[in-house]
Amino acid sequence: MSAQKNRLGNGGRINRGKPLRFTFNGRDYQGYEGDTLASALLANNSGAVARSFKYHRPRGIYSAGVEEPNAVVQLETGARTRPNLQATEIELYDGLSATSVNCWPTVEFDIGAINSLAARLLPAGFYYKTFMWPKSFWMTYERVIRNAAGLGKAPTAPDPDTYHKCHAHTDVLVVGGGPAGLAAALAAGRTGARVILAEQEHDFGGRLLSERGDIDGIPAGDWVGLALAELNAMEEVTVLGRTTCFGYYDHNYLGMVERCHINAAKSMLEPKDGPSERLWRVRSHQVVLATGAIERPLVFADNDRPGVMLAGALRAYLNRYAVRPGRKAVIFTNNDDAYRSAIDLHDSGVEVTALIDLRVDPDGPLPDAARARNIQVMDGWVITRVLGNRRLRAIEIQRLTADGGAITGEARRIDCDVLGSSGGWNPVVHLHSQSGAKARFDDALQSFVPGPARQAERSAGAANGAFALDDCLGQGHAAGLEAAKLAGFKSKSKTKRPTAESIDEAPLKAMWIVPGEAKPGHGSKHFIDLHNDVTVADIELAAREGFHSVEHVKRYTTLGMGPDQGKTGNIPGMAVLAGALDTEIASVGTTTFRPPFTPVTYGALAGRDIGEFSDPARKTALHHWHEQASALFEDVGQWKRPWYYPKAGETMQDSLNRECLAVRHGVGILDATTLGKIDIQGPDAAEFLNRIYTNAWSKLAVGRCRYGLMLGEDGMVMDDGVTARLAENHFHMTTTTGNAARVLGWLEEWLQTEWPELKVYCNSVTEYWATMTVCGPRSRDLLAEFTDIDLSAEAFPFMSFKQADVGGVAARIFRISFTGELSYEINVPASHGLGLWTALMTAGEKYGITPYGTETMHILRAEKGYIIVGQETDGTMTPNDLGMDWIVSTKKDFIGRRSLSRTDCTRPGRKQLVGLLTDNPSEVLPEGAQLVFDVKPQPPMDMVGHVTSSYYSAALGRSIALAVVKGGADRMGETIHAPLIGKTVNCKITGPVFYDPDGSRIDGA
Amino acid sequence: MTSRYSIFSLMRNAIGYHQGWQRAWRSPEPKPSYDAIIIGGGGHGLATAYYLAKEHGITNVAVIEKGWIGGGNTGRNTTIIRSNYLWDESARLYDKSLRLYEGLSQEINFNVMLSQRGVLNLAHNLHDLREISRRVNAIRLNGFDSEMLTTEQVQAMVPILDCSKDARYPVLGASLQKRGGVARHDGVAWGYARAADGYGVDIIQNCEVTGIVREGGKVTGVETTRGLINAPKVGIVTAGHTSHVAAMAGLRLPIESYPLQAMVSEPIKPVLDCVVMSGAVHAYISQSDRGEMVMGAGIDHFTSYAQRSTLAVVEQQMAAVIKLIPILSRLRLMRQWAGIVDTCPDASPIVSKTPVDGLYVNGGWGTGGFKGTPGSGWVFAHTMARDEPHELNAPFTLDRFTTGALIDEHGAAAVAH
Ligand SMILES: Cc1cc2nc3c(=O)[nH]c(=O)nc-3n(C[C@H](O)[C@H](O)[C@H](O)COP(=O)(O)OP(=O)(O)OC[C@H]3O[C@@H](n4cnc5c(N)ncnc54)[C@H](O)[C@@H]3O)c2cc1C
Repeated sequence: MSAQKNRLGNGGRINRGKPLRFTFNGRDYQGYEGDTLASALLANNSGAVARSFKYHRPRGIYSAGVEEPNAVVQLETGARTRPNLQATEIELYDGLSATSVNCWPTVEFDIGAINSLAARLLPAGFYYKTFMWPKSFWMTYERVIRNAAGLGKAPTAPDPDTYHKCHAHTDVLVVGGGPAGLAAALAAGRTGARVILAEQEHDFGGRLLSERGDIDGIPAGDWVGLALAELNAMEEVTVLGRTTCFGYYDHNYLGMVERCHINAAKSMLEPKDGPSERLWRVRSHQVVLATGAIERPLVFADNDRPGVMLAGALRAYLNRYAVRPGRKAVIFTNNDDAYRSAIDLHDSGVEVTALIDLRVDPDGPLPDAARARNIQVMDGWVITRVLGNRRLRAIEIQRLTADGGAITGEARRIDCDVLGSSGGWNPVVHLHSQSGAKARFDDALQSFVPGPARQAERSAGAANGAFALDDCLGQGHAAGLEAAKLAGFKSKSKTKRPTAESIDEAPLKAMWIVPGEAKPGHGSKHFIDLHNDVTVADIELAAREGFHSVEHVKRYTTLGMGPDQGKTGNIPGMAVLAGALDTEIASVGTTTFRPPFTPVTYGALAGRDIGEFSDPARKTALHHWHEQASALFEDVGQWKRPWYYPKAGETMQDSLNRECLAVRHGVGILDATTLGKIDIQGPDAAEFLNRIYTNAWSKLAVGRCRYGLMLGEDGMVMDDGVTARLAENHFHMTTTTGNAARVLGWLEEWLQTEWPELKVYCNSVTEYWATMTVCGPRSRDLLAEFTDIDLSAEAFPFMSFKQADVGGVAARIFRISFTGELSYEINVPASHGLGLWTALMTAGEKYGITPYGTETMHILRAEKGYIIVGQETDGTMTPNDLGMDWIVSTKKDFIGRRSLSRTDCTRPGRKQLVGLLTDNPSEVLPEGAQLVFDVKPQPPMDMVGHVTSSYYSAALGRSIALAVVKGGADRMGETIHAPLIGKTVNCKITGPVFYDPDGSRIDGA
Repeated sequence: MTSRYSIFSLMRNAIGYHQGWQRAWRSPEPKPSYDAIIIGGGGHGLATAYYLAKEHGITNVAVIEKGWIGGGNTGRNTTIIRSNYLWDESARLYDKSLRLYEGLSQEINFNVMLSQRGVLNLAHNLHDLREISRRVNAIRLNGFDSEMLTTEQVQAMVPILDCSKDARYPVLGASLQKRGGVARHDGVAWGYARAADGYGVDIIQNCEVTGIVREGGKVTGVETTRGLINAPKVGIVTAGHTSHVAAMAGLRLPIESYPLQAMVSEPIKPVLDCVVMSGAVHAYISQSDRGEMVMGAGIDHFTSYAQRSTLAVVEQQMAAVIKLIPILSRLRLMRQWAGIVDTCPDASPIVSKTPVDGLYVNGGWGTGGFKGTPGSGWVFAHTMARDEPHELNAPFTLDRFTTGALIDEHGAAAVAH
């Protein structure tokens, strides 16, 4: 285990009493509690930690936060592995193990071997220009590209962790726990408003953690502690660390993800209680965005070498983690802020070999403080060369010409092993932009700052372009007060805002491409997007080729499309584009900021809605009984329905034959609970049904049932079912199982939007009733044992309804039939279902009562030629096509009626429902087989219809099928063919009713 | 004519540090008049312009785009390409499109990265199986490629898919179209733009059409934010805003516009080598060449023109995707976005003449028009050039909404009984 060569003897927010072991790329290291993986690696003088995406250049840690483009690692292995985490965002824990992800060379394709000339063959968008020949080869090229691309590896086993979700409603949401956010939360919290303060890091303080300075006369760190203590003590304030607000959606609805365990400073490898992450869905009256700013680099030749970092990151490592990022440091800046890095480095004992400021004569407290420490300030100079491939060794600098456009004079070499560059800071306007607002370019800051709000939000502090600490505190305080006030909470007492010393800073000087010996791309590379290896030359090439919209440039060069989403590179990229197009950055504009701000775990978004919870499985009150009876189940919509009940040693067909024959000759029983049931009441209920169904309902007598067809506005059959008139203004409608919710929605839509004048009320009662169909010639005998009412055909005729006591339970009995046999559909309250069912089973034993499933139901109804909506119909069948014009009233209006008269609906030759009998009676056609009159040796063939239902019928001792065939109704007796793979089945067209065509069995045999 | 792209031109230009590349397309000022104007610089509009020039010799054409070309649905879609449609009319149109795609990179000398890695449609219940088998048989007898796979075959093809029996919605089988796959959406827009520009077509960006000028029932040009531009023929190809633009000529179209959302994960090493679609679970997913898992949702529940993504949809989507492929749970969502899709009552497009002479409309491709891009452009160019539809798009004209000859492609009425 190597020593922590770069760890300072004291300072930092690490716990030296708690050393932690970890491995990186197989080597053992040690860090401390409070470290990130990045800081621990730097403490161990790690150097290069990654290879770049396209050119395979060695890369080191670049930043200290979410903007990190280089140090992307795979954390752990096995089921808990996580691809693509940034080392700067991983809190160190004991036993951590990580590896670099983008080591590109593979045995097949060693891009590492590509020399600089070959790299020149890969400018932006090169793949659009080649890999086209020979034509069939793209897939081969693509395989190589695919294997080379991608970063980390997905786990290979299901996720062992759980994720939770919650909703929160609040008055003020403050995003960001830096000085502005803390001040805002304090101000809002003190009014009594409900406040949520969310900070993506585990430590609050934001930039304060990385700086040296005082607030309200005490060290900033202490002030943060006091502020948190006060906030935590407030009852209406929720303080959430490790919580990233990643999305700002419409109506002040924001998505946040809280990391409850992952990356916590304890091992993620241990099993643990509770969720690993929690999704917060926050609806906030007002939002304060105090999301800070992210530093942008200067863009110079070979600015990607390991050791080149953001200037602000240097002092973050120094002050927060007590890590010396190098021994000999150089700072390269266009602004005053980076002087702080030079000063802090110097004060921590790091030799600052030069501070290169591309401005001339920088002046003010910070430059003075640097000079006072004898730091060599090279003003008017720029870096023109970076030496050291795997690790920064030295730089060369040259003087800028008077106009700043070029370099002049001799180059000077300066030794260094770390270089901090700063091109200024960009406010984090991501959430503001996601909210729908448009960021505006600020000329003084040379960056985008929040524009006018579109939702109830305001930005404060660095996020608002106010970088000075005292301004952050002031804006935060004011924003917190304003937000609370708009949410209805007034400041109770005049609370004082926190203050800090103001330090004057001179304006920065924009220079988006640092001039060098040669133009960018001619020998050296000026990187803009380190993650995706996008260079200045790439952006200039895009502009040269006519990709002028910033969105085109992004897509052509892939600028900002990596997991870091261009947090460091986008603004320099836009500026380079503006330069190439000779226009203003403001008019180039930004690309659209899209959620999420930083990547969000899928599992957290899915929450518990996975596995068996992914979609509720609906089970009837009799489900358990079916399981005991070894039923196999079929998914129908969300329902689990018994499919058939195999007995030991039976094939599926054996079971079906047994079930079918039992119904035809004795008695069968079906769990019909899943059929949709809608209770319809109101004085206009009959009129409503008149409009909904194709047939007439006004004259239906109380106590009678009627079958109805529902059409869509296009005249096509949409649903069917039997509806009973329970009372003058009360109907019981049934629908197909899968369509129940849709039909109820349809009824409500018409009632609420088109016919609000109708007094009708619809209610889903599907689950309220357990429904069992007792069916077969012995069904009357069986039912008679359970009820006193007269069950004779005269007293209780087909298509009627009775309210009766069945086995001691108040039941609704419908005498309807989907099989052609005598049949009673008994509805009892669901809680009585199992009792009645088992009683029927026991009493029915003497008749050989047989439970049957959906498959038998399908066979029996097909024998009778009854349709199933969704099987015989597909949204293109009219009642006429189904041979059901008898049910279409010609006297009244109904939904879809007008469409039925359209020319296409009345033309001859439409597909019509027919029966099919195969020439070979034992051959069962596959459902979905297409039908032709003329068989050709090869496709294409002229298809005239298809098989919709097909079964072996035990009652008939042969196969039967239903089909829709063009002009089928006029082609009875003709032969038709089903060309299958490897054979063609010939059949005869018949009517669709195969069994008991006169309906003689309906009252019992 | 722009210079040809090839490995040789790349090498030649590399020597000159890529200073010598010409613009992929010019950026001309609009002329006062053209022989034909295409409103909308998406893939369909650009393809129309290209085929007008190439197939019909009409090169004095402007494509007028309110933003940047390809910035509409073309640049937002999940790029699935297939021709496994149920009805003969659709199968023929989409297969024409697929065949044009198959030679497109070479024809327009721009690599659109057509990747025929296969499209799987999963069946999760008996109803799905029946529908898929119907569809496979129909496609096969139409002479196009399609096959049924068993659960075991699906598992072998996609090892990461949860094919276990106790899954909430188990995989009972699938249809496979091997010629299906994905392509690079930007490449399609840019490739057509460059090729059309090569024929002299003017591509005019940042120019919004604000009115359609007519005289005596005949179109004479368009009003734009950059002034009046005349043309005797105008084609509306503005997915997401078809009805809005058609209304400028007093037309009412049977179209509703809905947001459709999509999302990608961070890039990971290849784990999925084909496109997986599941109607029952409402998810479709593929892996891009960059390694991102690309996913799409069903359309939003409400009509809207706001291209805004929502949290609810991404939550549902992730649950659906993890249901299908549990190992994806620890990946992370990198970007989400929305586009606006125009849908017709029968889920089929309109490629048609209109009651206004010289005005044509091509829209209503809904959630699935990227695959139709070349075919759409090809038949629409024919329709505009000849003032009559090609036989391939004759079934897709506006009169079907009055005759009732709809081409219902709602996935064959997804109702369970
Ligand atoms: C999230 C999502 C996923 C999708 N996934 C798939 C898929 O996997 N497979 C598939 O085949 N299809 C898919 N689609 C559908 C597909 O993207 C579209 O059908 C297709 O791209 C439409 O192309 P287009 O050229 O007609 O439209 P667009 O690309 O939208 O082009 C229309 C253009 O018209 C312009 N315009 C509008 N109004 C005006 C005006 N007044 N003046 C000037 N210009 C105007 C717009 O700016 C736009 O650029 C998806 C769509 C979305 C949104």
